[in-house]
Amino acid sequence: MTLTSTLTGTAKIVTVNSNRIDAAMAIQFKEAMREHTDGGPSRVILDLSSVDFIDSSGLGAIVAAMKQLGDGRKLDLAGLTPTVDKVFRLTRMDTVFKLFPSLDDAVTAQVG
Amino acid sequence: MTDAATGFSHRFRATELDARAALCEIIGTLQARGLVQEQIGAVEIALAEVINNIVEHAYAGTAPGDIVVDVAFREAILKLTTTDGGKPLPDGRLPEGRPADVTGAVDDLPEGGFGWFMIRTLARDISYARENDRNRLELTFDVVPAVDRH
Repeated sequence: MTLTSTLTGTAKIVTVNSNRIDAAMAIQFKEAMREHTDGGPSRVILDLSSVDFIDSSGLGAIVAAMKQLGDGRKLDLAGLTPTVDKVFRLTRMDTVFKLFPSLDDAVTAQVG
Repeated sequence: MTDAATGFSHRFRATELDARAALCEIIGTLQARGLVQEQIGAVEIALAEVINNIVEHAYAGTAPGDIVVDVAFREAILKLTTTDGGKPLPDGRLPEGRPADVTGAVDDLPEGGFGWFMIRTLARDISYARENDRNRLELTFDVVPAVDRH
């Protein structure tokens, strides 16, 4: 499967086990996100450290994944690689999501 | 003078999976030729958006035809030319590519419409022509340092 998830005390961590989120997998990604985030903690951390490349369809799928979380829940992103980071900054989506350099940073942030 | 030895061409079917395979191969070749990673990223993002547009819009509602990507190096410039036999761009010209508005509420955030803005931002120059019932799009990028030429 493309995604795996684990539960910490206060967050659901969803890890993308694919090196790209592109047009060919955007719909599958969105559906898998729905399955992994249906219910559970209000905070979801998406670990993107294995993802080398994302296109606008993949970006749209991440936005859709945040919307489908519903009210009062949030999607934080961790471990953006350089090209993925570039897409988020170019589109100003870095102002919409909270971005953490690594999964550890994201998990630690929830404690503080 | 165009260095023919470093140029290459790739033809593939306009499907999402063939597009992904072609993009990976083209980018892999550019990496092997010594393009620095940051430039590779910019080229990959822009080329992916151009190809996705052809797959999703130019060939919308028809059987997927072909896409040809020509890659040429000339001094410190990388030129990518894509041609396809799909429908012309709307109004026969390049979309304006305004940035998507991401300032609204979560439910109002755009899930698309990022492509042309990214292409225009990342490429140095971009031009479009309709020739012999085919779309022809040229993107150029500044590449530094000069690509290793064997």
